[in-house]
Amino acid sequence: MTEIELLSWARGPGLQIASIVFVAGVIIRFFEILVLGRKANLAEAKGREMSSGLKTMITRTVPDKATFKRSSVTIVLGYIFHIGLFVICFFSAPHILFLKDIIGFGWPSLPTAVIDAFAVVTIIALVATLVNRLTNKVMRYLTNFEDLLTWLLTFLPVVTGYIAFHRIGFTAPSLLAIHILSVELLLIVFPFTKLMHAFTLFIARWYNGAISGYRGVAS
Amino acid sequence: MSASIEKGINALKRQVDSTVAAFFSSCVHCGLCAEACLFYTETGDPKRTPINKTEPLRRIWKSEFTLVGRVGKMLGLTKKVDDKFLEEWQELVYDSCTMCGRCSMVCPVGNDITMMIRKTREGMAAAGQAPAGLIGATTRSVTIGSPMGVKWPALRAQIKHVEEDTGLKVPVDVEDVEYMLLLSSMEIMNFPEFIEAVAKIFKKAGATWTISSEAFEATNSGIQIGVSDIAAELVQRIVDVADKLRVKTVISPECGHAYTAIRWDGPNLVGKAFNFNVRHILEVLDDLRKDGRLKMASKESQRLTYHDPCQIARRGGVIDEPRNLINMISDDFVEMPDAGKMNWCCGAGGGVSANERADELRLKVFERKKAQIDAVKPDAIISACSNCRIHLEDGLEEYNMDIPLLSLTETLAEHLADD
Repeated sequence: MTEIELLSWARGPGLQIASIVFVAGVIIRFFEILVLGRKANLAEAKGREMSSGLKTMITRTVPDKATFKRSSVTIVLGYIFHIGLFVICFFSAPHILFLKDIIGFGWPSLPTAVIDAFAVVTIIALVATLVNRLTNKVMRYLTNFEDLLTWLLTFLPVVTGYIAFHRIGFTAPSLLAIHILSVELLLIVFPFTKLMHAFTLFIARWYNGAISGYRGVAS
Repeated sequence: MSASIEKGINALKRQVDSTVAAFFSSCVHCGLCAEACLFYTETGDPKRTPINKTEPLRRIWKSEFTLVGRVGKMLGLTKKVDDKFLEEWQELVYDSCTMCGRCSMVCPVGNDITMMIRKTREGMAAAGQAPAGLIGATTRSVTIGSPMGVKWPALRAQIKHVEEDTGLKVPVDVEDVEYMLLLSSMEIMNFPEFIEAVAKIFKKAGATWTISSEAFEATNSGIQIGVSDIAAELVQRIVDVADKLRVKTVISPECGHAYTAIRWDGPNLVGKAFNFNVRHILEVLDDLRKDGRLKMASKESQRLTYHDPCQIARRGGVIDEPRNLINMISDDFVEMPDAGKMNWCCGAGGGVSANERADELRLKVFERKKAQIDAVKPDAIISACSNCRIHLEDGLEEYNMDIPLLSLTETLAEHLADD
């Protein structure tokens, strides 16, 4: 297989397979969760469930002061790499072009230098996150194989994207193929690992806010 | 309570619902919950990280309720839940958690970890992996009617003392009254002044009330040990009597988990909405204040602070009421850092105080409470849970701190206006 063939496989069938697994997987996971349902609460309510749930979906993004103080490294690193991933993913010019091909419309991109800076910072933050995970007493205790796998699968697209963009090493088509394949790997694993939190955290936060709100406590 | 590992696993399966599935699906092992838990902050032991305590429930969820887990189970790759594993987790699920709910308030993905620990206890208890102290308290609750073995004659004797001391009548088994007062065994045996305080306040407020000779116990060991059938039976005893006496409101006394048991879990345990309201005594007193039926003649001269019992504040929503009431009797009221919904637990709730094995640990984790108290240096601490009160007294003594503990209801009664 030549590198051009590899690239066209990655952009064609490879992407199709990964996308189907991703979408089907996410739907299956949502179904798995929601089909279980929960019992109606028969206790007299003191506060509101719906509005409190919706509020917690947003407010839980920001930690309370004391928590921030006690876990500032984990929290700051978390913010940096999440924001970094989001910006690189959706605001780099090649990604917008790529998505435009699929969904039919695009949006303004950020200048290359800005994306570059975000990529470098994100890579550093992801490495620091791994170091934090392996050195922080609590995180090290909790860490399992899945935590390391999902870290690697998140890290690879960022690094391969950065390398592909700057054409370090191999010739361009193979670099791009490797980048796309790494994203496909991420998409395939996503629904079946903790990466799924990107979607389910909104359900979890809603439940948390609703449970507390029902009792008249803002969570 | 016959128990086996099969029963434990089935009990855990029954606990899995969409909330549990959403919560476990969202956990990223960030470890933030550890820093919210006094059993971690005061021991530094990562085993005691709140989410780790739910591991038995997580294993069952994963292997039975997810596609990946089911495939893994077929291939023999999933981690098993067996007696040995549950035995190892007993100390984490019971001794190292007061179900205070702080972890549920800080989890960035929104997991109600406390609720999952409560659910994990259902499996532990069904598998026979509960601490002896809690099994004893639960057995006494079912057979005698009280976790401390307090029977009606003991309460009748305390009521007689109160009537002699105050000259007031304490109504027993009266029908069609506004309020039916429940009591914790701890109050009956150690703090009968509470009954006296309620009698005085209700007399002044012109409220009609009663105590039932058939169902007076407010505490619910079934909730603490995690056996819903027993918890439901204990709630049903109260429901039957409240319906029979046709009371408007059942009052949960100064006890934390008793409030959760009857107010929030009660109707769900018996599977039916109540025909009466349930209110915490502080809510009732605050309502009387708002209606102008609770008036004070004097104030405390000492510097006061308030310890929020977890089940009443963070897990119960009664946060403003005690402050409204304290303001009636104090010009020198100081809040501890993190007071209110983020208050730190005393370290003895959720059945920990009934579990002798955890005695050393609960005094160790009291250091968190000590730091909070040290920050404001009060002359006295007010609270509204007799379990917190006993343990706070224990802890203060252990750390050579000479600060008296007061009950809010009792303190209010001391300052009642005469008119």
